[in-house]
Amino acid sequence: MTEPVEFETSILSKLTEGLGLQQKIVHLMERFCYSSRDVFAVRLSFEEGLANAIMHGNQSDKSKLVRVTCRIDARELRIQIQDQGAGFEPDAVPDPTREEFIERPTGRGLLLMRAYMNRCEFIDGGRCLIMERERNSPLPIIED
Amino acid sequence: MSKSDCRIDIEEISGVTVARLLEKKILDEANIDLLGQELFALVDKDGRKKIVLDFTLVEYLSSAALGKLITMHKKTNTAGGKLALCSIQKDILDVFKITQLNKVLTLCTDLDDALRKIG
Repeated sequence: MTEPVEFETSILSKLTEGLGLQQKIVHLMERFCYSSRDVFAVRLSFEEGLANAIMHGNQSDKSKLVRVTCRIDARELRIQIQDQGAGFEPDAVPDPTREEFIERPTGRGLLLMRAYMNRCEFIDGGRCLIMERERNSPLPIIED
Repeated sequence: MSKSDCRIDIEEISGVTVARLLEKKILDEANIDLLGQELFALVDKDGRKKIVLDFTLVEYLSSAALGKLITMHKKTNTAGGKLALCSIQKDILDVFKITQLNKVLTLCTDLDDALRKIG
């Protein structure tokens, strides 16, 4: 398979709505022969990004939608997740590895997406997440 | 709750509660909340003090699941007990290392190692 595949869809602000999409993305990655490491990274990052959009962005408001755009080819996968919330400032999110935050039960999604994706960028005031991962990327780099 | 609805399987070994996580993918919030309830009940309801969570079957784990593990860790500490996690697959271990929770939680190579550490 050499031709890129693209799709765009909108889902309700409900976490279970994303499961089918996640399966669709994984299936496409397998068709393009992405590694199991790539699949793990994207499955995790997509779940984190979608959960942020639904719970923090749209505040689980069922009247608001999350739009997901995906493009994949043999070189890389690109996912865009757009919510209809108030936005946020990514740089203001505290580092969850710092001693004072390490035992907090929340706040690790952004850290994980940044570790597993080659690109993890927010635009539109934090309402739109763009993530990219190259096929057979070595990420994450683990420092022991 | 019927056994088929359970997200953990419980066994007692030499005074230690071994809870085997049965879900391969601990990703979606609804399942994670139910898993959290079952785990917290081990401490809050059953009063168990020494607990090992066996991750042999777990292939995926999200940050929401990490949150439940942190809460479980704090509950166990507050109750004067001990918690260990064992048999964690490489990909999942990376998640613990990236978030540096490997410095907070007791991670063991296998069940024997975990039983030695908290038994």
